[in-house]
Amino acid sequence: MTVTAHGALPDVTYDVVIVGAGVVGCAIARELARHRRLRIALVEAQDDVGQGTSKANTAILHTGFDAVPGSLEARLVREGSRRLALYAAESGIPVEPVGALLVAWDREQLAVLPELAAKAEKNDYRQARILGPDELYAREPHLGPGALGALHIPGESIICPWTTTLAYATQAVRHGADVHLDCRVERADDGVLRTSRGTLRTRHLVNAAGLYADELDRRLGHRDFTVTPRRGQLLVFDKFARELVRHILLPVPTALGKGVLVAPTVYGNVLLGPTAEEVDDRTATGSTEEGLALLRDRGRRILPALLDEEVTAVYAGLRAATAYEDYRIRAHPDQAYVTVGGIRSTGLTASMAIASHVTGLLADCGLDLGEADDLEPVRMPNLGEAFPRPYQRPELIAADPEYGTLVCHCERVSRGEIRDALASTIPPHSLEGLRRRTRARGGRCQGFYCGAAVRELFEGRS
Amino acid sequence: MSRRHVDVLVVGAGPAGLALAARLAAWGVNRVEVLEREQEAGGVPRHCRRREFDGPGFARRYAEAAVRAGAIVRTGVTALGWCEPPALDTVGPAGRETITATAVVLATGARERPRSARLVAGTRPAGVFTTGELQQAVHLYGQYIGHRAVVVGAEAVSYATVGTLLGAGVDVVAMVTDLARHQGDRLKAVNSRLGQRIPLLSGTTVTELRGRGRLTGVALRHRDGRTTTLACDTVVFTGDFVPDHELARRGGLALDTGTRGPAVDGAFRTSREGVFAVGNVLHAVESAAAVAREGVRAARHVRDHLAGASWPPAVPLLVAPPLRWIAPNRLAPATTYDPFVLRTAEFLARPVLTVTQDGRVLHRRRLLTTAVPNRALSLDGRWVGSVDPAGGPVRVTAR
Ligand SMILES: Cc1cc2nc3c(=O)[nH]c(=O)nc-3n(C[C@H](O)[C@H](O)[C@H](O)COP(=O)(O)OP(=O)(O)OC[C@H]3O[C@@H](n4cnc5c(N)ncnc54)[C@H](O)[C@@H]3O)c2cc1C
Ligand SMILES: Cc1cc2nc3c(=O)[nH]c(=O)nc-3n(C[C@H](O)[C@H](O)[C@H](O)COP(=O)(O)OP(=O)(O)OC[C@H]3O[C@@H](n4cnc5c(N)ncnc54)[C@H](O)[C@@H]3O)c2cc1C
Repeated sequence: MTVTAHGALPDVTYDVVIVGAGVVGCAIARELARHRRLRIALVEAQDDVGQGTSKANTAILHTGFDAVPGSLEARLVREGSRRLALYAAESGIPVEPVGALLVAWDREQLAVLPELAAKAEKNDYRQARILGPDELYAREPHLGPGALGALHIPGESIICPWTTTLAYATQAVRHGADVHLDCRVERADDGVLRTSRGTLRTRHLVNAAGLYADELDRRLGHRDFTVTPRRGQLLVFDKFARELVRHILLPVPTALGKGVLVAPTVYGNVLLGPTAEEVDDRTATGSTEEGLALLRDRGRRILPALLDEEVTAVYAGLRAATAYEDYRIRAHPDQAYVTVGGIRSTGLTASMAIASHVTGLLADCGLDLGEADDLEPVRMPNLGEAFPRPYQRPELIAADPEYGTLVCHCERVSRGEIRDALASTIPPHSLEGLRRRTRARGGRCQGFYCGAAVRELFEGRS
Repeated sequence: MSRRHVDVLVVGAGPAGLALAARLAAWGVNRVEVLEREQEAGGVPRHCRRREFDGPGFARRYAEAAVRAGAIVRTGVTALGWCEPPALDTVGPAGRETITATAVVLATGARERPRSARLVAGTRPAGVFTTGELQQAVHLYGQYIGHRAVVVGAEAVSYATVGTLLGAGVDVVAMVTDLARHQGDRLKAVNSRLGQRIPLLSGTTVTELRGRGRLTGVALRHRDGRTTTLACDTVVFTGDFVPDHELARRGGLALDTGTRGPAVDGAFRTSREGVFAVGNVLHAVESAAAVAREGVRAARHVRDHLAGASWPPAVPLLVAPPLRWIAPNRLAPATTYDPFVLRTAEFLARPVLTVTQDGRVLHRRRLLTTAVPNRALSLDGRWVGSVDPAGGPVRVTAR
């Protein structure tokens, strides 16, 4: 149960090595950690868990109402959604069941709503209901003019993606899994992995490399799919915007994707995005002038008052799209190898169900799982506005005044929380990592007030 | 949660709040309490260290003067929000507390808009600063900054930033402004361009940041549409100030659409009885010395309120483009006005400022200089006596 970021790798043969510590890889590690006899390692190219697509999405816990009926994705999203909602409540991962409104802006879109409602039924989601304009505007008084109706999906929720990934990884490590960071897998053959930090041996291999899953798959001789990254740029608006919107406001989907949405975040901000652009470069997580202009254009129609507020942050994530309308999860028993590819735009929601599915596939590949224990629950620091934050808890401050000493004022992060994050099971290796664990520096001033002080706390650690 | 009453509760121990508190305490007002969320009082000057301005010394002097006069200055305490105004909900290492007050004074200051608020596209590398963060990193903590910096902006604070960077051993590759000329002090601009050989790229916009992990360059678009990239590992976004208006907004105070701070009259009264505002939260930004003088002036009006003076209604004062804002921006009867401060969005050579109400001209004056964006412009307040308190909004135009 160690987390390493440099130095030699252990000279052992693992039962399972998982490549990629995104939300999917971490969920798999957690699931396998229930089996006490297994020696597991989670291997990640970057300096933190959840540093790929898993940190840069729209943070919605989907119901799967709009999935392709009968697909593996539909099943895993449905199952994963239920499981993650329960897990979140147990682990202190902020979730707010705000519900979604799929808004029709013209006759054509209005005509599609019954089809979408029928599709939801096929996906075993029965709470979807069509609303007329009066009820729609009563629910969303700031919605731009001209909406004709909406499909209400009360089960859609917002969630903290950072805490989710971290909770999985933390629990895995506490139950004996090793995490090796800054460790890129460069070649893999016959149970021997060549990494940027040396060699690792394993009996079973799981490829959860996200945008690079096809490359690793090819190295192992498979040509099942090619990842064509689809970039999604997003704008995060100031907390003052939060009261403008109560639900996730979705557009009617088109062939290119789910379209541009407006959604509250669990941190009390409002998201506008994402774009959907095919890009060649798997590292192209920058935003573009055109992308931001397009988003503002769309946002003005959906929620005009949103555009009067300041933008707190801009980011972009890459969906691991493939030519298929489904995940590409496949077992290769002869190689004791499972590919978990094409986890496109629902991987956060489906993560726990993907993990169970993959565990089953590993057993099919001959992995002797042994007994499964219940895991010791984790309790993650709360980053959500819907639950008490440390500065709001007098009993906590009385016990430790460091929780009443605020460092990041915009996000109201105390010195106590930063101290705890630096001493946590999987400590951050960058200021960005610290932000994902505490929200420090993530607010409207972006470090004008607290940047240097937070950096001092971070660097003072070593 | 415990509850306590004070006579005057000041939020923010910058020059404005401290100067005001010192004066009130010196007059014998009983309980004047200043809340400051940082560990040290003094506000922004704590980290402005330049040859011409010893900010830390300035901050210390004002903090000491307030305490010496009898004001209570509590650092490490944040005003979180309002409960039944005028009462503020606070938190600090000693826990949560609600403080009610006969007068609340918001002196929460101003900050620079960071990269994201300016919608500069690109990657999210390290090496991206505002002046505020840079000054603290250099002057308070001595942190490593970088090798080659681009400074975005060419106003007074931008030239101060150049000084901070050079002092920290960072080369300044260029200053970039989307305006046609610099807006700083002429001597400083000349010295920076010719003496320090720092090119000023005017009419130029930063369109994108490049680099993964660490900044490697900024993409620029020039006036003629040409695009180039400047290699650098540090970029500092200077100026483009916004008031820190969170408490004002959460308290439902009327905000001025131009300044985006609380709207106030000549006596620093906001739209809510018992709540005053002073300093750069009203006008982002004026110099530390000017703001401190303002704090002193505001003290008298707070004292009048404690003595039971009325809280009169006011007529809004608005500007038309190319003017950006004016402060104060509410016109109350029987109130004296010090010169108003304004900002223009464009360079205006010897502009004529005209003040009208319902089509009636109240005042007209030609300025003898050029009005420069991001620099203070002033308008004296002798005409306010002719405002009709029952009339429509008063407007200021510049041509
Ligand atoms: C714009 C956008 C919006 C989205 N919105 C939602 C949403 O609202 N709800 C939802 O459920 N899902 C959403 N998704 C999808 C979700 O984010 C992804 O499905 C999920 O994060 C995929 O996780 P992952 O672990 O497969 O991939 P990643 O998070 O990319 O993790 C893969 C990891 O593998 C590592 N790696 C790669 N190659 C190697 C190697 N050779 N050696 C070692 N490590 C390697 C990478 O560094 C990376 O950390 C969205 C995605 C995008 C882009
Ligand atoms: C980056 C920068 C550089 C500058 N450089 C110069 C210079 O070189 N020379 C010069 O003359 N002027 C300079 N100025 C202008 C001027 O000095 C400052 O803006 C001046 O400090 C303004 O004083 P103030 O009291 O209005 O606000 P500030 O000095 O900003 O003080 C406001 C205080 O309020 C506190 N506060 C805010 N909200 C809360 C809350 N909710 N609870 C508790 N406390 C709170 C803040 O922590 C802060 O300490 C600069 C301004 C900036 C932003």
